[in-house]
Order: sequence, then structure tokens, then C-alpha cells
Amino acid sequence: MSGTIYTARDQAHKRLTEALKQGKRLPINLKDAVIYYCGPTRTPRGKIIGSCGPTTSSRMDTFTPALLKAGLKGMIGKGSRSDEVSRAIKKYGAVYFLTYAGCGALLSKYVKKVTPVGYGDLGPEAILKLEVKDFPLIVGIDSQGGSIYAQK
Amino acid sequence: MVSADKIRDTVAGLCIRANLFLRKDVLAALKSAHAKEKNKRARVILDAIIGNARIAGREKLAICQDTGMPIVFLEAGQGVKIAGDLKSAINKGIESGYRKGYFRDSVIKDPLSRGRPAYQPAVIHADIARGNKLKITVLPKGFGCENKSALKMFRPTAGLEEIKEFIVQSVESAGPDACPPYIVGVGIGGTADYAALLAKKALLRKVTTSPRHHVTSKLEQELLKEINRLNIGPMGLGGKCTCLAVNIETYPTHISGLPVAVNISCHALRSASATL
Repeated sequence: MSGTIYTARDQAHKRLTEALKQGKRLPINLKDAVIYYCGPTRTPRGKIIGSCGPTTSSRMDTFTPALLKAGLKGMIGKGSRSDEVSRAIKKYGAVYFLTYAGCGALLSKYVKKVTPVGYGDLGPEAILKLEVKDFPLIVGIDSQGGSIYAQK
Repeated sequence: MVSADKIRDTVAGLCIRANLFLRKDVLAALKSAHAKEKNKRARVILDAIIGNARIAGREKLAICQDTGMPIVFLEAGQGVKIAGDLKSAINKGIESGYRKGYFRDSVIKDPLSRGRPAYQPAVIHADIARGNKLKITVLPKGFGCENKSALKMFRPTAGLEEIKEFIVQSVESAGPDACPPYIVGVGIGGTADYAALLAKKALLRKVTTSPRHHVTSKLEQELLKEINRLNIGPMGLGGKCTCLAVNIETYPTHISGLPVAVNISCHALRSASATL
């Protein structure tokens, strides 16, 4: 895909769902957003981003239904998801994508711009806005709730 | 006499080397797996993994963004004389290496209250050896796979089939989440903690596709076959290549027990050594 994705993993998900629960303002607009489960390395001089591959998606499972309800439309990560997440994906018409796991150097090539947008105190777990071009994706769970892992 | 500064600089260099240059034996095993893999999607993924290693080394980008929890193994000859604070030198080396490499601060001070991450401290294991040299190995362990570690305290009369089932089951539970293709470290014997350490140390051994002259070689080959029959494949999307190797380390244990530990490594198995 080409466009905007937001990095968010464990701690950011905890904060986002807490903020939703408490009716507080979120650092990103979740409506139609795509989240990338990723905590990149630091950015070397002369590079746009450091190594930035996906982290294990299932750790974000408990937080996901609430984000989908709030408008999240896409997630990028690695590994399978819980049945609850599959059902929520179907209910809200979202999609879960996989990308090349353990290939952070390769994937950094598809990131064209990085802007920090929130939770900076989380260091590598901060929310970054990434502009990507031709970012390689595999559909993991489609909007009907069908999982690639069930096809094996 | 080995100075703390020398240790610090050596550790820094090992951190950088380990995170930028995929171990030659691991790369060779991935290429061999690619050649043998019939599943089209699996081949594409293995291609990406091999390409990633090339880009990482060439452009000085970490092989994986999870530059791990640094683990440092010391083999200290009894005669080694160290000038300065050894532990501090190691952690300063980690800090220096990770900063220079623009790696990731993935280490939090308090496991319960979490807080902002740092690059260190490393987990340090020290072994006593003969001679007067100091061998230092850095193993940045990714936590996606570390989270799939397993330990079982078998009855001393447990049979090999039970043990094999446990090991295979541990990989099956990991599924796609620990980034296959895997290298599986197994520790058998010792105590609960020692078996787990053995399983970790087993990952330091070279990954070979040919049988070794090792006591447990037959068991390693059998487990490799059984694990690959799971058909998990690269990224868990199917294929012959779920596991590149199974390395087993054993140690004497108590008459009342049989500890067996499994430590899975993702395909980005990274380590580097130096001897001072």
C-alpha cells in the first residue's frame, strides 16, 4: 500500500484504549486509520527511518476491538489473531495485514517520511506517522473475518 | 591483564557486528532452505529474509528492529586478570554499541512499573574456564521468540517420546509468532534454571544442515524432521521450512528429575564473539 500508517504497539494501545474509555482526546484520528504494530530502531544519519519490521500482533488483541469500534480500518503486523479480533474485524469491516517478519532493514526502504505524533515519552513505542510507498502487504484477515492461517 | 576499557570497546563492537551482519551459518541455512522449499509463498518470504540480511549489512541497518535484550556470555579463564569494573565495562559497551549502531532501546529497568526504555543492562552469564583468556559473546535475543520459551520438569523415568512431544508441542504453540523459520535450542538436565540456560547456549552453536558427531545428534535430526512436519513454514504461512536446526545441550542432573527447556530463536539468530 501507499499512504499513511501509524505505528503503535503495546504501551500505545494501552493508552489509546484508556483514553477511549475515559473519553479523553487521542493523539491520532482513528477513523479509517491504519495502524502498524512496530517499534523501530533509532534513525541512522542520512536515513528516513531505522529498521522497522512488524512486532507480534497477538499482544494487541485485547485492545483491538475497542479501536475497531472507534473507526480503525487497517492493522499491519505478524502472526495470527484471536477469534474475538476476527469477529470484530468482520463486524466493523476492517482488514488485518501481514508484512515481512524480521525484515526491518528491507521494510525501511518503503518508508518515505516519518513524523512523531504522540506518546513521545514511550521512546521506541511512541506513535509515529509514516508515509509509505508500495509497502508490501499480505492479507491476514479479510473484512469477512476470513484468516489466511485457516487456509493452510 | 585485560582493561575495562578494552572490554567495553570489544562489547560495543560485538553488539554492532551481531545486529548488522547475520551469522554466516544462519544465512547459509536460510539459503539452503530456500533452495529446498517448494511452497511458492514460502520462497518469496525466504527471499525477503535473505535480501533483508544483505541490505542490513550493506546499509548498516539493524537486521531486525528488535535489537533484543542483550545477553552477554563470559568464558573467563581462571588466570584472567581484569583491571577495572567488569560489569560496568560490559554495560557501557552495550550502551556504546547500541548508540553507535542506532539500535533500539528495548530494555526497561523495572519489569513491573515499566517506564522509558534504555539500551542496557545486559543479562550476563559467566562461566569459569581454564587458561588466562576472556571470551566474550553477545547474543541480542529478540523477545517475540523469547516469549515462547518453555520449561518442563519431567519425571526421571520419562521416556524420550514424551520429551520429544513436549519440544515439538512448544514449537507448535509458538506457531507463526516467533518468526519462523526457527532455530530451536533445547537444554536437558541440570536444574530448572540451568536447563533454560543450556537451551539458550545451544543457540550459540553453529547451525549445520549435516549431522554432527554429537551424543544428541540423532535426537536433533529426529526433532528437526518432526518439527518440520508441522508445516508452519516462514511467517506461519506454510512450507517445508519451519525449522533450520535443533541444537541440544545436556548436563548432569538429579536422580529425581529431568528438566527440559526449550528456547526458540527466530530466523534472525544473532551472536558475535571475541577473545581477549
